[in-house]
Amino acid sequence: MAFITLGSAVFVAVTKNLVRSIFMFFITLFGLAGLYIVCLADFVAITQIVIYIGGILVLMLFAFMLSGRDNLNNFLAQRKPFISVKNLPAVILVLLFLVVMLNMVVSVDADNFDWIKKSIANKNTLLPTENTTENIGVNLMTKYLLPFEAISVLLMVALVGAAHLSRKEKKV
Amino acid sequence: MISLTNYLIVSVALFCIGMYMVLSKHNAIQILIGIELMLNAANLNLVAFGKYDSANNAGQIFTLFTIVMAAATTAVALAIILNVYKQYKTIDPDKIDKLGD
Repeated sequence: MAFITLGSAVFVAVTKNLVRSIFMFFITLFGLAGLYIVCLADFVAITQIVIYIGGILVLMLFAFMLSGRDNLNNFLAQRKPFISVKNLPAVILVLLFLVVMLNMVVSVDADNFDWIKKSIANKNTLLPTENTTENIGVNLMTKYLLPFEAISVLLMVALVGAAHLSRKEKKV
Repeated sequence: MISLTNYLIVSVALFCIGMYMVLSKHNAIQILIGIELMLNAANLNLVAFGKYDSANNAGQIFTLFTIVMAAATTAVALAIILNVYKQYKTIDPDKIDKLGD
């Protein structure tokens, strides 16, 4: 699952064709949903599929179709080598960042944190037989009610703003 | 059982791929995809650690919040990209160098 996700993400990054990039992004998101299921977060995985694949990618395809007519010609016109010199600073920066982060991840040894050991000892870990969706619903309406309301207001503001930005200009 | 370090490594790799896309692409939509990849890397960490919190589900619930935030971000960003395309007839951020009237 991780290899599917990472391989398609690399393809998304290196391909020159925007359409192929968007469609490989589908595969990356499906792989991520699979990883969520492996982490026993089935509700989050379904939400990922519905919102990302159903919503965000369709929006991206729309934006691409509305803005992409002469982009396609540009992409066909300029065939660049695999890693061009212009991208070299980005490649170096990202590789250095990758090395630093991997070093940190290996040295921090996340499996031996105190709170994780404590939660294993208290049997507070998720089990495959557990009904997480019900638990999420109850927690969302009791413990996390304030962030829930805040995110709903934010979502409404964002959607109104998007509609306002993309409306037809009457005058000026 | 898959250890947490493996999830962290996958997430770091995803984050770096996203950062590479943000830094090197000449297309606003691809830069947006890079940002989404970075957000997804963060989500993967939240979900992986949320496995050890079955009473509160903090990791999973905040992942849901992050997904909603990503959707809102994408909607606004795509509206802005369409406006920019209408104005400049290009969506290469390097070529957008004139202020509007």
